[in-house]
Amino acid sequence: MSTTTQSKTGSKKLALGMPTPEEITAGGIPGISARPKLPPDLMAKLNNEELEDVEDIELPTEPMTINMGPSHPATHGTVRIILTIDGETVRDSDVQVGYLHRCFEKEAEAATYTQVFPYTDRLNYVSPLLNNVGFALAVEKLLGIVDRLPERASYIRVIVGEISRITDHLTCLGASAMEVGGFTPFLWMIKVREWLWELLEELTGARLTHSYVRIGGVAQDLPEHFIEKLRAVLDKSVEVLGECESLLVKNRIFRDRMDGVGTISAEDAIAWGWTGPCLRSTGVPYDVRKDHPYLVYDRFEFDVPVGSVGDNYDRVAVRLEEIRQSMRILDQACKQIPAGPVLLDEPRICMPPKNAVYNTIESMIGHFKLIVDGIKVPPGEVYSYTEGGNGELGFYIVSDGSGRPYRCHVRAPSFIHTQALSKLILGAGIADIIPTFGLINMIGGECDR
Amino acid sequence: MSKADLDKLVAQFPGAVVSSHSNFGDDTAVVTADQLKDVMRYLRDTAGFDFLVNVTAVDYFGREPRFEVVYHLRSMATGNRLRIKVGLHEEEGGPSAEVATVSDLWPTANWQEREAYDMFGIKFTGHPDLRRILMYEEFIGHPLRKDYPKEQRQPLIRRDYSLG
Repeated sequence: MSTTTQSKTGSKKLALGMPTPEEITAGGIPGISARPKLPPDLMAKLNNEELEDVEDIELPTEPMTINMGPSHPATHGTVRIILTIDGETVRDSDVQVGYLHRCFEKEAEAATYTQVFPYTDRLNYVSPLLNNVGFALAVEKLLGIVDRLPERASYIRVIVGEISRITDHLTCLGASAMEVGGFTPFLWMIKVREWLWELLEELTGARLTHSYVRIGGVAQDLPEHFIEKLRAVLDKSVEVLGECESLLVKNRIFRDRMDGVGTISAEDAIAWGWTGPCLRSTGVPYDVRKDHPYLVYDRFEFDVPVGSVGDNYDRVAVRLEEIRQSMRILDQACKQIPAGPVLLDEPRICMPPKNAVYNTIESMIGHFKLIVDGIKVPPGEVYSYTEGGNGELGFYIVSDGSGRPYRCHVRAPSFIHTQALSKLILGAGIADIIPTFGLINMIGGECDR
Repeated sequence: MSKADLDKLVAQFPGAVVSSHSNFGDDTAVVTADQLKDVMRYLRDTAGFDFLVNVTAVDYFGREPRFEVVYHLRSMATGNRLRIKVGLHEEEGGPSAEVATVSDLWPTANWQEREAYDMFGIKFTGHPDLRRILMYEEFIGHPLRKDYPKEQRQPLIRRDYSLG
């Protein structure tokens, strides 16, 4: 069939390997002839002109396996889902992660504790500062200096952490709204995120990969007028947030795509290890900031919003309310923040000021030792946990007493949430996968590490 | 915080708990591999530790037992936390380190045990679907073992893209 020849019936063969219409009708092409024939009684029914009860006809279907991802235009995360579908209904699925694996844990074993910070930036890359804080607290727990942290540093950590939480939720909500067709909330929310990122850029010098937190404090003090600028941005943001909310919460199309989709019970969510906004959407009020307060979170008044049914809409509503609660915390932190140093005065842990490194021999030696050997952390193992953007962000660190972690494991909430995706989309339509996946908020960098 | 829970566990399973400590405020019990399942079932059903926070492993290369599988538990009612560890031997050229799965007690253990298998080669007996998860199927070795060099490169094998 590779050449253009006249066939018996006179029709022209089209191109390489293309069957002629006659061949198709005759069923002589392998693969095409193998199509299942409809059962005779159904054929009779279909041929019957009086098709009054069309809805009673059950067309025979075969489960079909299709591939979604790893790079799918409607999912914001590199994940591959192998779906077994029956018509539009998902009957089975295999979620495959790992496309963004960057050997974080292996690389961390070869880096000094300070050198791990840039890697933590790239875990949950929409709220990098929360990862910075989580890792710093784990190392500080090993060093036994959690109680000695300078107050101002703790407040700065809370402030940058809550700003990051807002940007995290804004990204999740905006992208999820866009994926179900609402483009305007996405642009508005990204606009707010941009304002917040500009503030963080002013503070840390980077928009996304800040590496701002240090063991024993933070890298530098807040720039001049930071608090005033933050207040101004928050005032603008809360307005935009209200506008976005009115576009989402009262939007019939959005509600139809979210209400009752991807429902999970509180018992199941706990069994699947869910934390963060996803767990709270099922009605369990577990928030690390409230239940195991760290830094200075016990000094703030804030509420832990919970959902009632654990569907996608609850996850939207919980995140929207958490943004407001984060703003409440920011407001109180801006009022309470004391003056003082932002880095612990402990030469074996914290870098001396640059001026002293160039002018005194002790500081120069200290600087050299910290850069070459790293911070000497006493041997032992700790598990330290904070409330990340997606849930309980835990670091399990084993130290052998040297300047580099012996083992550094991240309890990544995204990884644990994505695991339950198979269960959430079971029996749902293909179109429901997109909002369900979006509101689990799987962040590739955190999930695959 | 949950020292009492730890003491209760030691009293309940005197033979199973090899050692225990509360360093850095983290209550830890090391249990024997053969009794891990009973201990975990007791902790979940009777002691109230209904939330499995995390499962991971550590390779203490050059020490016996070489591997440790680490479980972090939390009680949703009281907020207490507990760490359970189990040491696993691996003989040279012999069978790989093995421990019973807890994925039937907590579904969240499923992927986390797969990750420990992928990274350390620890076999979780009874696991329903013990495949690699972060690395690709053709990857040789287990990257987080201490005897796996960090610089080692492996060709990415292009496989036939079937939907199997």
